[in-house]
Amino acid sequence: MNTVVEQANPQNWYLLLSTILFSIGVMGVLMRRNALIILMCVELMLNSVNLLLVSFSAYAGNTDGQVFVFFIMVVAAAEVAVGLALLVSIYRNIGTTDIDVLSKLKW
Amino acid sequence: MDNFLALTNLIIPASLLALFPLLGFFVTALFGKYLKHAAGWIASGMILISFSISLYLFMNLPGEAALNFNLFDWIKWGSVNLSFGILIDHLSLIMLLVVTGIGFLIHIYSIGYMHHDEGFTRFFSYLNLFIFFMLVLVMANSYLVMFIGWEGVGLCSYLLIGFWFKNDAFNDAAKKAFIMNRIGDLGFLMGMFLMLFHFGGLDYTTVNAAAQALPLGNTLIVSITLFLFIGAMGKSAQLPLYTWLPDAMAGPTPVSALIHAATMVTAGIYMIARSNILYAMAPFTMEVVMWVGVATSIFAAIIGMKQNDIKKVLAYSTVSQLGLMFAALGMGAFESGMFHVVTHAFFKALLFLGAGSVIHAMGGAQDIRQMGGLAKYIKITWFTFLIATLAISGIFPFAGFFSKDEILAVAFASHKEVWILLSISSMITAFYMFRLFFLTFNTSFRGTEEQKHHLHESPITMTLPLSILAVFAAIAGFWGMPAVFGQTHFFAAYLAPVFEGSKQYLGEAHEASHATEWMLMGIATVAALFSIAVAYALYISKKWLPEADEETTGFAKWVANKFYIDEFYDKVIVKPLLVVSDIFFVLIDKLIIDLIVMATAWIVGFTGRTIRLAQTGNTGLYIFAMVIGMMVLMFFQLVY
Repeated sequence: MNTVVEQANPQNWYLLLSTILFSIGVMGVLMRRNALIILMCVELMLNSVNLLLVSFSAYAGNTDGQVFVFFIMVVAAAEVAVGLALLVSIYRNIGTTDIDVLSKLKW
Repeated sequence: MDNFLALTNLIIPASLLALFPLLGFFVTALFGKYLKHAAGWIASGMILISFSISLYLFMNLPGEAALNFNLFDWIKWGSVNLSFGILIDHLSLIMLLVVTGIGFLIHIYSIGYMHHDEGFTRFFSYLNLFIFFMLVLVMANSYLVMFIGWEGVGLCSYLLIGFWFKNDAFNDAAKKAFIMNRIGDLGFLMGMFLMLFHFGGLDYTTVNAAAQALPLGNTLIVSITLFLFIGAMGKSAQLPLYTWLPDAMAGPTPVSALIHAATMVTAGIYMIARSNILYAMAPFTMEVVMWVGVATSIFAAIIGMKQNDIKKVLAYSTVSQLGLMFAALGMGAFESGMFHVVTHAFFKALLFLGAGSVIHAMGGAQDIRQMGGLAKYIKITWFTFLIATLAISGIFPFAGFFSKDEILAVAFASHKEVWILLSISSMITAFYMFRLFFLTFNTSFRGTEEQKHHLHESPITMTLPLSILAVFAAIAGFWGMPAVFGQTHFFAAYLAPVFEGSKQYLGEAHEASHATEWMLMGIATVAALFSIAVAYALYISKKWLPEADEETTGFAKWVANKFYIDEFYDKVIVKPLLVVSDIFFVLIDKLIIDLIVMATAWIVGFTGRTIRLAQTGNTGLYIFAMVIGMMVLMFFQLVY
């Protein structure tokens, strides 16, 4: 199977794809004001890294990286659950998820 | 081989010996609330067990052998190995018997004396702890272990002097004793450091062996022995560190008897006797020890003549007698010094306990000017006190006669001037002791009617120890009969193996001829009788009374105020020390240390005030900062 992947998609394409995904995530996190979107962008960054991990794993012929990715996804799922719960709670209390409004925690 | 077996059999009892008082301490300290007055009996029982074991060891220690073993390795680094061990030889056995034997009697006495005190159980826990540390001190096989006991008894002394801690004056007396002892302890520590540095060990065998490789009288041994002697000065209340002992009378009377007369204050003498080889190799130190002893003996005796507090008189008499013992040690007569330690322990404990019984009868009053004529009210106390007074005055055949005479004989043979001075000191002793005795027990009662009504003999728990001690104060001298009586000197013969090693450095002992000894004893007895006659003439025939404090004038006033030594120390040491601390407080503390501390606090505060502005609460900014941070990290990761 390794040979098939290598033939069809050279390693560089994967690198490029995950870099693009990561950059989109960073940009989203930096530019958007909506906390929900920011959370999604964070997930995007995380998964771009996952993609990288899987591709390198396949490239090196070692399944460790792929196993790792499963664990990362499990943890990420838990983290998203918490993050979304927090967001829902914030929305119910304040009526918005705009991070510019959420600025009470300061000096 | 038989010796070896017999010694191995003694290891277990010797190891357990000191643990019983410690057990007693824990039991009475932890469960005192539930035990109440049973605590006194438990504590006494523990000491009785220790006494029995000491007696067992005394009976079973074969011949001239000594039991010396290590319990465990304590401190180990490099080539130094300091172990925790026990040494039972004839010297420590004598001390063990004295400490546990007299300690037991005083425990029993305390049951009666402290009966109404609210700190009853606390008192017994302290007493047991004291006995434990005293046993550690005596049984140690190295200076380090001895130092544990040395410090421990100092602590217990502090706790017991300040036993009635609600009285500020008593607390001050306790602190004074503690601090003065610290000064001496510093000397002891310096001595130990020197030994550790130069001899590579602290146990007696190592030190003695290493010391004997050095030439006689070399600087190292002289400095070690001088430092150790400073420790002995503090613990045994010698000039110039004696002032704490009279103040220590603030503690309950059994404490004065046990700690400040019979056992702890003789630790210094025990320590020097234990280091007899070191001291014998340092003739200069011996000179110093002798003269300090002689000076203390006379000085304290003179002060004793004008004291009016029954316990203060005894305290100065203790200081004076300790001086006598040090003089004996300084002349190389270690056995005579130890012999006097033992007889003194009996009669001085008896005197203090008798004084306690008098104070008990008087309802707490201690001023002899308010006593008088007590003989017919408290007969047992009177009789036992008489025996002790005769013993300390050196009247044949009571204990003090033999031990004091022995020291005087040694002095006569080697240092005539010391003999004259010590004889004078003994005369003064006989005078003030009988002054005390006559004022307390003879003529008529001078206290209030209420006190007179209250006068009563003490309970059996108090009179029994008095009687037992009185028997020993009367007969203990026979253990050390001088040669003229045609008896062997049992005590000296018993201690001979311990002091064998030092004999070669001391030169020939001057054996006085029988005629000289008879003459010396004659002179001493006549002198004592003369003093007693003077005291009788003044205080019974002429019915003199010591005048009130403010009426004293001239030299008498100086003596009554203890030559203003306390005031002198206050002016010369305490006050300047306070001034210096004030200066340091303003200059160093306020200016430098406070500045550093305040500046540190200000810098931290300033940084915090400045940096917290970054906490805008704007999440977008945080994320931006985070991304920038990651980029920076990544950059460094890639570049380096």
